[in-house]
Amino acid sequence: MAPTLSDRQQLSYIASQAADARLNVELETEGMTLNIGPQHPATHGTLRIIARLDGEQVVWAEPSAGYMHRGYEKLTEVRTFPQVTTLINRIDWLGSFANEVPFILAAEQLMEIEAPPRAQVIRTILFELSRIANVSLFLGDLGVQMGAITPVFLAFRDREYVLNLIEGATGGRFHPNFDRIGGLKDDLPKGWIDETKQVMKKLIAFCDEIEDLLFGNEIFQSRMRGIGVIPADIAKEYGLSGANLRASGVDYDLRRDNPVGLAWDKADWKVWTHPDGDSWARCWIRLQETRESCKIVQQLVEQIPAGPIMTKVPRIIKVPEGEAYVSTENPLGEMGYYVVSKGDLGPFRVKIRSASFNNISVTPWVLKGVYVPDIITILASLYFILGDIDR
Amino acid sequence: MAPLSDTETPSTDEAPQALPGDGLREGIVDDLRNRIGASLIDSHIVPNTDLTVRVATDAWAETAAALKTAGFTWFSFLSAIDWMPSPYGNGENDPTVERAPIDMTITQGTCGGETRMQVFARLTDLDRHVGITIKADVPDDAPVVDSWTRSFAGANWHERECHEMFGIGFNGHPDLRNMYLPGDFEGHPLKKDFPLLARMVKPWPGIVDVEPMPEQPEPAQDAAEGGES
Repeated sequence: MAPTLSDRQQLSYIASQAADARLNVELETEGMTLNIGPQHPATHGTLRIIARLDGEQVVWAEPSAGYMHRGYEKLTEVRTFPQVTTLINRIDWLGSFANEVPFILAAEQLMEIEAPPRAQVIRTILFELSRIANVSLFLGDLGVQMGAITPVFLAFRDREYVLNLIEGATGGRFHPNFDRIGGLKDDLPKGWIDETKQVMKKLIAFCDEIEDLLFGNEIFQSRMRGIGVIPADIAKEYGLSGANLRASGVDYDLRRDNPVGLAWDKADWKVWTHPDGDSWARCWIRLQETRESCKIVQQLVEQIPAGPIMTKVPRIIKVPEGEAYVSTENPLGEMGYYVVSKGDLGPFRVKIRSASFNNISVTPWVLKGVYVPDIITILASLYFILGDIDR
Repeated sequence: MAPLSDTETPSTDEAPQALPGDGLREGIVDDLRNRIGASLIDSHIVPNTDLTVRVATDAWAETAAALKTAGFTWFSFLSAIDWMPSPYGNGENDPTVERAPIDMTITQGTCGGETRMQVFARLTDLDRHVGITIKADVPDDAPVVDSWTRSFAGANWHERECHEMFGIGFNGHPDLRNMYLPGDFEGHPLKKDFPLLARMVKPWPGIVDVEPMPEQPEPAQDAAEGGES
């Protein structure tokens, strides 16, 4: 019987091994530099990775960011406080509403005001919806790095429902610009809550679908398990946050451990961790978190309190002198704003602590010694948005 | 195929710890004072919210090591503040019209300071759920401080960014290259005396939204009308 193709491949592999052993010669390799990007399907934006290779193994690799740097920290200094939200919306463009919240909260902290309970709950719902919109695209895009196309179509279909919800509430699909100092711009439209409940059912079904399609796939498992392991102490030292940190076994979630006036505690949900710290764990945590987010939304829409959505704020907002750092658990990790005010209409200095900047800074460490195809899967599992790195 | 749940460890269901109180923050300041002594210049606690300390420039790197052993193992960010008021205003004026001179006196914020620029960084204790902001002056004549990369490898990129944006040098940094800008770029964009060219050329159209501040505030009427609509 003629050997099958795979048998033949196996035989030739064994033969070459035997030949190497007989000759006792190591394969001679020549160092080369490989440039990946700036444009690559694995990067959500433009990121260039310079990798020095020995054969197929990475000796040294470094990401080169900055292709999208827009100087937001400088631009905030010439804008007023309400105008800053239009800029910071665009930092993590897949979950825009979540970007606005920490800045608004920092301004509110300096002004010593608080949004009414109704606004807080609606903020939390929209926050979680942006997380679902962001992470569902990640889950779909994950397959593309390994040649699977179907999940991305599923993700775009189901993400559309969430974007429609966000559009229904805020009027904007990508950049809602809906959060205001002291509350929200508008109240929820009629029928929105019923639609949200239906969409959340669809999204939970989408998570199951992705779990079957990708996470149950043997190719996916063998490409992800044990690859790109980041131990907990390295993750802490580099300031990894969000799912990347929890995948290394660190049980820390700002929504539970340091909530800042939002309504996370009104819902019953769970923080997931994983001991492995590999690419698989990071993706798996994100899948579970999307389910938890759906649960949070399902519970919170049942208990939106009545009342105003805006507290009393002066017509012209002047933030008193002071400094405040407020961070929230955003889709990509901990995002915070260090706001310095000198009592003017606009901030004196805003330091934007974006999650991806820290998350991606670990890549030179984690890419050392991996093989070329693994660069892509590791980057995919670290999940960054280039706008979030470059700001 | 292995079951999907073979290695999962859902976190413990125990109740979340209470938010750290000011007593804990005072304890942290005392602990830090024991470790670095008189190098701890000032500390400021925002009630139930936050903690800021200022240390001497010489003790900048030492503070990082001390706090790391004290439990602040999670590195958040490192950056700088230029306390000089911008000589170009807030960009809300018409550049073709001559402006009143701007008051250029430098006033530092929380915990004070003596120099124009300050570096500041943030660390978090993941077990006690408490964060701390650390500040230090950057000498005016030689804007160089020690690098934090020995204690926190993650400070590497933050110091590179800080170096190109503020022109602050970091002693002991392995590779202080530009991160965003071209290597031959002149100037440091986040310094206050670096002009934002778009504002120098023409007034920003967005500024029409801002009404001038009334001379006397009218709290009763304004506050009753609520927020901007």
